[in-house]
Amino acid sequence: MTASPAPAERLRVPAADLIRLTPDPWTAPFWEAAAEHRLVVPRCTSCGTFRFPPSPFCWRCQAQAVEWVERPGAGTVYSFTVVWHPVLPDLADSVPYAPAVVELPDTDHVRVVGAVVDADASDVKIGLPVELVWRDVRAGETVPTWRPA
Amino acid sequence: MPRCPGVTLKDEAAIVGVGATPYYKRGRSLPQTPLELAGKATLAALDDAGLAITDVDGLALYSVGLGGDTSLFAQTLGIPEVRFTAMLTGGGGGAAGSVGLAAAAIDAGMATCVVSLMTLQQAASRFGASYAPRGRPGAQYSAPPSPEGNFIQPAGLMAPGQMFAVITQRHMYRYGTQREHLAEVAISTRENARRRPTALMRDELTLDEYFAARLIAEPLCLFDFCLECDGAVAVVTVSAARARDLRHPPVLVTASAHGGHGRWGQAITWMGMPDEMFASSGHRPVARRLYEMAGLGPADVDVALLYDHFSPMVLLQLEDYGFCPIGESGPFVADGNIRWPTGSLPVNTHGGNLSEAYIIGMTHVKEAVEQLRGQAVNQVEGAEVALVTGGPASLPTSSLLLRAA
Repeated sequence: MTASPAPAERLRVPAADLIRLTPDPWTAPFWEAAAEHRLVVPRCTSCGTFRFPPSPFCWRCQAQAVEWVERPGAGTVYSFTVVWHPVLPDLADSVPYAPAVVELPDTDHVRVVGAVVDADASDVKIGLPVELVWRDVRAGETVPTWRPA
Repeated sequence: MPRCPGVTLKDEAAIVGVGATPYYKRGRSLPQTPLELAGKATLAALDDAGLAITDVDGLALYSVGLGGDTSLFAQTLGIPEVRFTAMLTGGGGGAAGSVGLAAAAIDAGMATCVVSLMTLQQAASRFGASYAPRGRPGAQYSAPPSPEGNFIQPAGLMAPGQMFAVITQRHMYRYGTQREHLAEVAISTRENARRRPTALMRDELTLDEYFAARLIAEPLCLFDFCLECDGAVAVVTVSAARARDLRHPPVLVTASAHGGHGRWGQAITWMGMPDEMFASSGHRPVARRLYEMAGLGPADVDVALLYDHFSPMVLLQLEDYGFCPIGESGPFVADGNIRWPTGSLPVNTHGGNLSEAYIIGMTHVKEAVEQLRGQAVNQVEGAEVALVTGGPASLPTSSLLLRAA
């Protein structure tokens, strides 16, 4: 009886068909950079606070303008789950998959959520260093996933 | 702090009636319609109070309580004049808070007799897939993709249980909480349900069975998840003065609070909450204001009806409501504290969302009322103060302190 009962099974990713990006004017620059396999995060030009997801106001100073700062695709797993049960029939061939909340260093604790790839289910741990792997879902739509660094 | 110290709704209103339909497994309430279920529960609650539909002049709701359609409800049941309608924003977090809205309306003189209600029918739809893409089989409660959701859903986080698993994992990492602690919540709740004819799950649940169950979203297994149900539960609230003349001893709304820290925000559909509150239920600010309004503390609570969509969130609420220090809920439950009748704080004596029925938390209000009337199946001896909470989820969460008059 342990807290981490996952067998050593290779992780998969959620079916691409279920992923639809619907950017608005504030999130679009993130997804445009993602399509170029670049990680950019918006930072308030007034007070320097990163905000994520991208949004029209700084939660700290309420200013609107941002600069888009390119960050290295590296972080650590803040928390995660391993999904073993497909909540939709469409996910039957996608389990197990492991959504991970990954904190980026030096960004006011910005967390980027993505599935863990290139790993077994039992490899995923809080504190695990990970690096970004861009997943091209379809033309112009790319989402972040993470693999052990 | 209250805006005008001493001027709050404390003890100004009282719950005088509770009623419910039978509880059904998901889809089994057909061919009844949701409106029919809502009406049956409401009429049962009014009958319990010794009131009639002609007394009702307010509706205070949350989540999908009437599907938002108070107009059809009023027209169909023949409410003479509606003077107040309100709905707490958010989802299941508003279960307890909807009764607080009723008390606020009565205290403010905007209504005299307010019904709070939850109706749920999951025949063609499942709450359990409520963040999955719209239009997919089994996901009809889903929302259309949003710009914010784009940062969560592509990772495969499409169900509340998966999202709360992420919070639970962090709690385990930070405080050493174990799956055995989650099991104690599931098993103690099942033990309570086993004695109740209304409960859908009445078979014994052993620790071996718990650990043999399939994992759904690590660390949560089948028995950490609530049931998927149909049914309706209604609660009738009037002024404390009027309550004295009705059928049952009044159950006073001693305090009500809802809301949360702004940066708790969307919580599980965001995952950006500040570190100091990430592994929490989001209830801490609400708990503080609740106790402040009541002039009571955790030691005064005789029975706690804690929203249990997922077993770990019972643990986190035990911490956030001050029944044990932050991070120590695992050992607290392992010591038998939440067991009825022997524990220091019996929890979910009705069997909760986990084992009695999931009507998005309204069964918790009903149980609190029955406890304070001394009519509960699993009666806590001499119960005078009950805590009821709404679901830990996105802002707002909510809670009630109820007191026997």
